[in-house]
Amino acid sequence: MILRTLLALLLLLVTAGVRADDMMMVRSSLAFEEAMLALQHAIVEHGYTVSRVQRVDIGLTASGYQTDKYRIVFLGKLDEVRELTARYPQLIPYLPIKVTIFAEGEETLVATFDPSLFRELVPDSEARFLFMRWKNDLHSILEDVRLGK
Amino acid sequence: MRRLLALTLLLFSHATLAAPDGAELFAQACAGCHGLDGHGGVGVPLANADFLATVSDNYLSRTIREGRPGRVMPAHRNFSDAQITALVAFIRSWQPADRPSPQEDWKPIQGDAQAGKALFANHCATCHGTKGEGGHGTGVTYSRPRDFPIIPPALNNVGFLYSASDRLIRATIQHGRAGTPMASFADRLSPKEMDDVVAYVRSFSEAPIRWERAENEAPFLAVDSPYSLEETVENLKRAAIGKNYRIIRVQTLENGLAPAEEENPKQVIVYFCNFDQINSALTIDPRVGLFMPCRITAVEWEGEVKLMAMNPKYMSRLFNNAELDRSCETLHQQYLEIMEEATL
Ligand code: HEC
Ligand code: HEC
Repeated sequence: MILRTLLALLLLLVTAGVRADDMMMVRSSLAFEEAMLALQHAIVEHGYTVSRVQRVDIGLTASGYQTDKYRIVFLGKLDEVRELTARYPQLIPYLPIKVTIFAEGEETLVATFDPSLFRELVPDSEARFLFMRWKNDLHSILEDVRLGK
Repeated sequence: MRRLLALTLLLFSHATLAAPDGAELFAQACAGCHGLDGHGGVGVPLANADFLATVSDNYLSRTIREGRPGRVMPAHRNFSDAQITALVAFIRSWQPADRPSPQEDWKPIQGDAQAGKALFANHCATCHGTKGEGGHGTGVTYSRPRDFPIIPPALNNVGFLYSASDRLIRATIQHGRAGTPMASFADRLSPKEMDDVVAYVRSFSEAPIRWERAENEAPFLAVDSPYSLEETVENLKRAAIGKNYRIIRVQTLENGLAPAEEENPKQVIVYFCNFDQINSALTIDPRVGLFMPCRITAVEWEGEVKLMAMNPKYMSRLFNNAELDRSCETLHQQYLEIMEEATL
C-alpha cells in the first residue's frame, strides 16, 4: 500500500511532462500513395505550400536497409516564414514545418509535433496567436488525411 | 425568452449528457499507435483475447490516464472520467463474450523476491530486459525488420507498476498471451516459482526506473562564425563529412516557398544524413522523421554569421521515449562538434 502511494507520487511528478498532445499522429486507412496525395491536397487546401518532399525510404534502401515507404513533407507560407525568421531567428532551425508520413502495411501514419510549442521560443503574443493557428491547421490537415478526404 | 432558455438547456444537456463516443475517441487518440482495430503498431496490440481476459477495467483506465513514462505510451490526464470509461468500453468490444474480465483484486501475492530474481534472469530478462526495462523499440512494426514481432513492454515502469495488480502479473505469467511472444509459463514454472517472480517484479516499485521530461534544455544550438556566409557553408559541409555524414542538399530556407530569384540568400540550410544512424533511430521510434534529415543552418543576421540547429534533446522530450533520449544525446554532441569544427 505504501509502495503504491509512492508510485502515485512519482507519477504525479513525472507525467506532468508526458503530455499526449505534444505530438500529433493519425492513422489513415488510405494506402500510402493515396494518403500522400490527400496530405498534399489538404496542405494546399489550408493555404500552405509544400516546399519539398524528402524520400527517406529511397536513401535507406540504397544503403541496403529494408523499409516501407517513409517520407518527410516540408510546408509553410512564404510571408509567415519570412517575417517570423526575420523577427525571431531562434525559429530558423524549426522552419519550414515538417510532417512525417509512413506506410504501415495497408495503412498510413502521419505525424508532426504541436507547433504551439514554439511559444517557448517566442514570448510575443501575436506570434503565439499564429502558432495556435498553425496548430489548428495542422490538426485539421491531419484529420483530413485520417478521414480520407 | 422561454424558447431561448429551452434552447440553452437543450444545448447544455447535449454537451454534458451525451456519452463520449469511445470508438471515435480511440480513432483520434489511440489508433495512430494501437491500430484502428487494436492490432498494434507503434503501440502493443490491445485486441488480444488473453490480454483482455487478464486485465481489469481499472488497469486499463489507470494505464490510459498515467501512460508509461519513458516508454512512448503517453499519459492522458486531460481526459474526463466519462471519456476514459467510453474508451475502456470500446476496448472491451474486442473481448470474446466467453472470456469475462477478472474482478479487481489488489491482495498482494506472497513470494520470495530473491528467488524470483534468479528466475526472472533465466526466463524473462532476454525479452523484458535484465532490469525489466523492456525491449528495444516499441510495439509492433510492419514497416521494417525487428528483433521481436511485438516489443516486450517495460515491467520496471512507474505507470505499469501503478496500474497492474499482483494478480494481473501472476495471470499473465501463467496464461501468457496467445498470438504474442509472451508464452504461458505454466509448464516451466511451479506455482510457487510464479509467485516468486511476481514478488520480484513487484520489488521494482521500491526504486523504479524513472523518466522525466527534460524541462531545461535550450530549444536550439547556435555558434558564431568568424567567416563569411559562403565560407561557413563550405566549412560546415566539410565538418559534416568528417563526422561520417553525407551531404544530401544545400538550399535556402525559402527554397520551394518563394520564386527562385526572391529566395533570401542569407539563410542557407545544409542537410546531411547517415543512413546507418537513420535506420537505427527508426527502430527506436518510427516517428523520428521529425529529426530528419540532419540539418544545420548558416545564417547572416544583422551582419553576423551564425550556425544554428535545433537541439535534439529539446525535441526528444516530446516523444516520451527514454531510448530515443539516449540517441539524441549523441546527436546533440555531434551537432555541436560539427558546428564548432566549422567555425574554428
Ligand atoms: C519471448 C519473449 C518474452 C519472454 C521470454 C517473456 N515475455 Fe512477457 N511479454 C512479452 C511480450 C511481447 C509481451 C506483450 C504482449 C502483448 O502484446 O500484449 C509481454 C507481456 C508481459 C506482461 C504484461 C505487461 C504489459 O504491459 O502488458 C507481463 C507482466 C510479462 N510479460 C511478464 C513476463 C515474465 C514475468 C516473464 C518471465 C517469466 C516473461 N514475461 C517472459 C515477451 C516475453
Ligand atoms: C504514441 C503512441 C501511443 C499512443 C498515442 C497510445 N499508446 Fe497505448 N501504448 C503504447 C506503447 C508503446 C505501449 C507499450 C509500452 C511498453 O512497451 O512498455 C502502450 C501500452 C498501452 C496499454 C497497455 C497494454 C498492455 O499490454 O498492458 C494500454 C491499455 C494502452 N496502451 C491503451 C491506449 C489507449 C486507450 C490510448 C488512447 C487513449 C493509447 N494507448 C495511446 C503507445 C501508445
